This record gives sequence, structure tokens and C-alpha cells, in this order.
Amino acid sequence: MNTTPALVILIASILTNNILLASFLGMCSFLACSTKLETAFGLGVAVTFVMVCTTTLNYLLYQYVLVPLGIEFLAFILFIAVIAAFVQFVEMFVERYSPKLYYALGIFLPLITVNCAILGASLFMVIRQYNLIQSAAFGLGGGIGFWVAIMLMAGLREKMGYSNVPVPLRGTAILMLITGVIAMTFMGFAGMISMQ
Amino acid sequence: MTVFLAIGVTTGLFLLLAAVLLLAERRLVNYGNCPVSVNDGDVAFDQPGGTTLLVALHDHKIFIPSACGGKGTCGYCKVTVLSGGGPVLPTETPYLSRGEIRAGVRLACQVKVKEAISLTIPEALLNAREYRARVRSVRSLTHDIKEINLDLIEPTDFVQHPGQYVQILVPSPEGPVFRAYSISSPAHETNVAQLHVRLVPGGIASTYLHALSEGEHVHFTGPFGDFRLSEDPETEIICVGGGCGMAPIANIIASLYTRWPERSCYLFFGCRTTRDVFYLDRWQAYTKRYPNFKFVYALSDPLQTDETWDGETGFIHQVIEKRLKPGVARQAFLCGPPPMIEAVTEVLTGKGVPPGSIFHDAF
Repeated sequence: MNTTPALVILIASILTNNILLASFLGMCSFLACSTKLETAFGLGVAVTFVMVCTTTLNYLLYQYVLVPLGIEFLAFILFIAVIAAFVQFVEMFVERYSPKLYYALGIFLPLITVNCAILGASLFMVIRQYNLIQSAAFGLGGGIGFWVAIMLMAGLREKMGYSNVPVPLRGTAILMLITGVIAMTFMGFAGMISMQ
Repeated sequence: MTVFLAIGVTTGLFLLLAAVLLLAERRLVNYGNCPVSVNDGDVAFDQPGGTTLLVALHDHKIFIPSACGGKGTCGYCKVTVLSGGGPVLPTETPYLSRGEIRAGVRLACQVKVKEAISLTIPEALLNAREYRARVRSVRSLTHDIKEINLDLIEPTDFVQHPGQYVQILVPSPEGPVFRAYSISSPAHETNVAQLHVRLVPGGIASTYLHALSEGEHVHFTGPFGDFRLSEDPETEIICVGGGCGMAPIANIIASLYTRWPERSCYLFFGCRTTRDVFYLDRWQAYTKRYPNFKFVYALSDPLQTDETWDGETGFIHQVIEKRLKPGVARQAFLCGPPPMIEAVTEVLTGKGVPPGSIFHDAF
């Protein structure tokens, strides 16, 4: 059992153990969708929502189906299936009942199905032996952490449009450098909270 | 034992998820039939909701150009939606100017039909049709460009304006995709379509087209494009091409001289090396036959020791800067890579060609 309080997990997964900046998961959509602040905001909201829901769902699946039956090794493939199906369902639901929300975040949902940060959060939850509350807090923190990171990146990229980047560094290269620098600044939070 | 359990649980969960999704789809994604009205009711039909506007129009034989096949990455499938398209999506904004957004211009591949939609498209697009053609011959122009001649089968002829392009249907593992190619055969040859195809390593369409052999069938839609040759015989036509951008230009020049043998026309063509040069003999024959036709090829790469070249060197916009006298009424058509288009547009504007008379095809 893991005894870290849920609140600590929440804050730690935003700052010290940021899923993107400490674990470098979800880089693909992080790089692809950070050209504009508005887009980054939409993706951040969608990732946070999906992460909270899927870690919770996967927790229930793991604790109440896989563990009792002794088939924990299936976690990987079943987590992916749950994530994909959930995202599909949410997309249809939102499209039907809240066109406004759909236009704000619906189009980002399909992107999230294949976002490894989402699967990563579910797998970390298993490895770190969280309970239900802790899992939900971790999912929420992980999502907000992704959101914060992609917003920072998008803000920088909007400004970067005016700067003269050396030719060999243009494109992904400079983005990776920037990500590294942001990750290092986040290491400044390391003394604040520690999480297993 | 564990194996069976694992298989059972996996299958069970997958079935459960599939059932939930199917049920959700049946319940949630059902918009009924949505009336679609094109150009003030010129074409009207009912479309089962849920598909994209691009697919809906395609199903009713209205062919909107789309080079990316509906992925929202080319920005060709613009239509003006007057009502019922929902707000502009973030996937569309990179391809739309502020003015276009205000006018209601949308990418047809991103608009989903969910309610009654009324839209307008350029009249010419209503004339675009679907064609089936047979490959008559394939000829290599350079080491990587092939000239492909197609005989139209169904329908047997078409009306094209020089500078227009067709969209070739290319089979691919992820379903058919469309790629745009300019028509290089002159407009008066109404039962053939000739294309120039440069082999792009890894390119779906160019690989497919380069592998075609005589007698094979090809499908395409078109013609698309809104370039119109100036009807004023005093207007000089400037054609600037680079790389494999000869196709629309060959069509423009051939059509021009069929109609007005006295018109003056200046062709500039930029290549990298002598390996990329083609059609030189054709234009030499033209200069003999038509006194007001001039052309110049320029090589941008430094000459290798084994190459001989007595023409111009340097970038094509530098050659234009040097050769073209300012102050003549002109219409210009450019076809080549975007940096070339940009540089040439600047030079031509400097020579007094109004921006509205400069047309281009960037690729």
C-alpha cells in the first residue's frame, strides 16, 4: 500500500513528477499541438478530463477484475482498450449533448487515444500501488501537469515566431531544447515535495 | 487455465466495450436526414447526418478539390457555408484568412453535416466531373520526371482551361486518396490529358503514377483551378517554372499560340543541373514558328566538370530581373517551389506587374 496523501500526489504530479517534463511521456501531441495557445488549452483540458476518468476506470478494472483473477499481466492491453473506447464514447456523448464543448475539445479527443501519457498514468498507478482516491488525484495532477507544460510551450512558441533561430536548430530541435530547459526549471521544485 | 481465463477476460471486455460503443452510436449519433442546398438551390439533396460535407458533396457528384483526401492538411476544399455548419474549428483556422472566416468560408472536409446546410461553391466546380482514362503512353522527361498521356474513356472528352489541374485517384492501403496534377496537354485536345509527374521518394501518388504502364486505367476528377488567360492580344504572357513546374506552362503556351499566333510570350524555366532540363527542343521549334515567343532556361547549381551549358546560370528570379523590361502590360503564371514563387513575385511586382495579374501554383 502506498501511504502518500492524495493531496501530495496531486501537487507532486503537477510540479515535481510532471508526466511530461519528468517522465517525458506524451511528447508527440505536446510538440504537435503547441503551436497556438488556444489549441494547447483545448488539448490540455481534454487530456486532464480523459486522464482522471481513465485512471479511475482502469483502477476499478485492475483491482476488481484482474487482481482477483490473477491475470494482472493483461493490464497493458486492457488499459489501452478501455482508454480507446472511453475516448470514443466521450466524443460521441459530447458531440450530441454539448456542441459548444465539442467544438472546444471534441476534435482533440481522437488525438488523446494514442497519447502515451494517458496509458503511462494508468501504469504508474499500478506500479505505485495507489488506492482509488490516490489514483484519481494522480490522474488529475498528471493531466494538469500536461496542461501546464503544453501551455508554457505554446506561449513560448508564439513568441518564438519573432526570433531568429539558428538554421540547424529550427523545427523540432529547438523545441526539444526548450522542453529540456523547462524540465530543468521544474527540477527546482524537487525539494518541495517528494513522491514515490 | 490462466490462458483461458486471460482469453476469456480479454474477449469479454472487448465485446462489452464494442457493445457499449455500438449502443452509444445508435442512440447518440443519429441526426436523421439533413437537407443540403448548394448555390441557392441549384443542387439540393438530403444527406444522412454524421458524414463530412466533403463526402456528402462527393456522393452527389460535386467534386471539391482536396489533395489530402479530407485530413485537413491541404486547405483546398474551401466552400462558403451560409448556414448550418457550426463554428470554425481549430483544425481549419490555419488555412483561412480573417476575411474568409468572416465570409463563412470553411474546409468542407472538417464540416460535419448535422443540420440543414446551405452553401455556395464557385460555379466552375459544378462542372467538375469524374473521369476514367486509359494510359496511352509514358515517357521519361528527366531522371525523375515522367510524362504520362491519358486517353479519356468515360466521358470521352472534357473542357479545360490552360493552367487548370485534375485530381488523380490513387489507391493506398488507407483507402483512396486524391493528388492534384496540372494538365500539360493543350486545351483544344479535349480527349486527352497529359500529366508531368516527378517521383517523390516515398510519395504515394508519384510512386503509383510512375509504376503505371500502357493500357492501365486511371480515375480522376476535375478540372479545377481558376486561372484564366488574358483575352487582350496586347498583354504579354510571362510563364515562370521551376523543377517539374512545366506542366501548366506547356498547356498555357500551346493553347496561347493555337489561338493567337502573334501573341508575345516569355518563358523562364529554372533547373538545378543539366539533368533536369527537358522540352528544350520543343521551345526552340516554337521560336522558329512564332516570332514573339522567347524563352530562357537557367541552371541554379554550379556546373560540374562533365556538364556543358551555354544558357543562363543562377536563380530564375535573377534572370528575370536582368532580362525583363518594365512597363509592359503583362499577365504572369508561376509554377514551382514556394521560395521561387515568392522571389519571382517580388521581381515581377518590381517590374510593374500588378499582383492581381500574377497567378501561381506552389508545390
